[in-house]
Amino acid sequence: MSLKAKDINDQTKWQDLTEGLKIFEPATSKQFETGEWRTQTPEFNESKCKQCLLCVPYCPDSCIPVVEGQRRNFDLMHCKGCGICEKACPFGAITMRPGK
Amino acid sequence: MSNTVEIRWHGRGGQGAKTAALLLADVAFKMDKHVQGFPEYGPERMGAPITAFNRISDSQIRVHSNIYNPDYVVVVDETLLHTVDVTKGLKDTGAILINTENTADDLMPYLNGYKGKVYTINAREVCMKTLGKYFPNTPMLAAIVKISGIIEQEAFLREMENSLSHKFAKKPEVLDGNMKALKMAFKEVR
Amino acid sequence: MSTKNRMSGNEALGEAIRQINPDVMPAFPITPSTEVPQFVSNMIANGQVDTEFIPVESEHSAMSAAMGSEAAGARTITATSSCGLALMWEVLYVAASSRLPLAMCVVNRGLTGPLNINAEHSDSMGARDSGWLQIYAENNQEVYDNMLMAYRIAEHKDVRLPIMICQDGFITSHAVENIMLEDDEPIRKFVGTYEPEHYLLNADEPMAMGPYANSPFCMEAKRAQVQGMMNAKQVILDVAKEYAKISGREYGLYEGYRLGDAEYVLVCIGSACGTIKDAVDRMRESGVKAGLLKVRVFRPFPGEEFAKALENAKAVAVMDRAESYTGHGGPLGAELMAAMYRNKNKAEAINVIYGLSGRDLTVEMVCGLYDQLADIAVNGTKGREYQYLGLRE
Repeated sequence: MSLKAKDINDQTKWQDLTEGLKIFEPATSKQFETGEWRTQTPEFNESKCKQCLLCVPYCPDSCIPVVEGQRRNFDLMHCKGCGICEKACPFGAITMRPGK
Repeated sequence: MSNTVEIRWHGRGGQGAKTAALLLADVAFKMDKHVQGFPEYGPERMGAPITAFNRISDSQIRVHSNIYNPDYVVVVDETLLHTVDVTKGLKDTGAILINTENTADDLMPYLNGYKGKVYTINAREVCMKTLGKYFPNTPMLAAIVKISGIIEQEAFLREMENSLSHKFAKKPEVLDGNMKALKMAFKEVR
Repeated sequence: MSTKNRMSGNEALGEAIRQINPDVMPAFPITPSTEVPQFVSNMIANGQVDTEFIPVESEHSAMSAAMGSEAAGARTITATSSCGLALMWEVLYVAASSRLPLAMCVVNRGLTGPLNINAEHSDSMGARDSGWLQIYAENNQEVYDNMLMAYRIAEHKDVRLPIMICQDGFITSHAVENIMLEDDEPIRKFVGTYEPEHYLLNADEPMAMGPYANSPFCMEAKRAQVQGMMNAKQVILDVAKEYAKISGREYGLYEGYRLGDAEYVLVCIGSACGTIKDAVDRMRESGVKAGLLKVRVFRPFPGEEFAKALENAKAVAVMDRAESYTGHGGPLGAELMAAMYRNKNKAEAINVIYGLSGRDLTVEMVCGLYDQLADIAVNGTKGREYQYLGLRE
């Protein structure tokens, strides 16, 4: 049957690609580690956080998971380190530090 | 190829010369002929001179060019004689059929010395007497069938009655008028 | 059973589409293909087909909607001509690379410049590198037959590419000719229902189509796409064989007319081939071994088959109803001569541009060309390699 997205990489021969490069599974972008692109990393200071959730809609990469109405720590596999969340937080609960 | 009869129609956009060519193709097809019916390819504008063509043959027609040396020419609108060289390429062994109130002799000066037969029919008169409206197609169709002899007249009338009675199933008076026009045209063409 | 009828090329398309009963038709009208969506709309209104017609605001939208509906899993058709096809350009390539087997009736008309509406192949020839299959018709019969075979070819698992069914604008599209039509039942069985393997509306298989693929993937994707085109040759022949069982009419990648022993051969596409056949007969009557190779399938390009069929010829004229503005000849000329070179053919070959914007081609003109080929076989091409036929000069 069809190849899974995780099995397709830059070593795949043309004969082994899916027809028209179609991808036969949903949400495959989750498998792509965009966090690798990060040059600065957000740090979450839970004690300063009021759970206002303002940071959540600002994140362009949906890297702030919300579970039962509470934000949790960053999804660093996909966070590209843009720093928008740091600017958006009114309470100084997010700090960008250089590096991964 | 030699058994192919080629006909060129001259009319004005909106008069139905193209429709007449398609009708003739239709009737000939029903007589088991191979046919082509096509307009001169291009835009059609009301009142502008237009040309349409027929090829009718006993064998398959493959050629896809216009007709330059027709056996017959049909002129649906007499005023075209002044602007279009209607006898151009027309075979002397063939004939030209013109819709007019005038006689063939009156029209000779406009036919560029054409040596073949010249037939005329007053399609307007035929139409007004039978249909009460001016649809020159019907009498012109009958007239070209008669002078070309491509279809036997009785068979032509039977076929026309058959197809018109389908087309005008709810308007028998239209059928009657058209049949009268066809028969009168057979007599009036000269 | 085959039934005798008479109709125009566009009417023949309408009849074929009625029998196919496609799921969706997005279309935008343009002369001389306008009648095709018009006929389908009538058939929808009369309840003869259950096709969903999508009126769109341009041909770019028509092709985009066609792609979308085909991707969703619906058998899709559209029709266009000339500048309409040009406006689809961007999307044509996407439809092909997404391997969407939709069908398009192309009623060939010259691209504008100068503005005209008549028959020419510049529209579909311009799209020759878009990845679409292209099959051309000589007459109304072939229009009908090609249309009925279209989906079987395009949807075949070894192909899965969109297909253009081409005919000459006005010359066949608006001319009434005799035709043999097939019964609905065997045709519907032959065409079959469309059962796509993967489609966007399949809730059991969420999927993505048309992904971004830069240098690590694009080249491989294109090579894979070419394979579909290569496979199409055999599929076209297989489908034609199966269709012949119903209709009695057989088709190949090309048609040879008195070609076997021909010394002087014209290679041509479309309605002019009928005129050339009459000229071949006339030349044969006067003892000249004239022949015709009618190109039916242009995409995939059966270059090897064409070249082999021309091995016995002494002189060949390749006829193009499109100018490429290369200063070197037309598209068929370029591709066929390359194929002849690869096959090491010995014939002298010239490229003839004819019939642009509906310029008429007559039997007499073709006979003159055969006379020229006889001279070329003896004296060589001598500056006649690329010439115009029927030009005032």
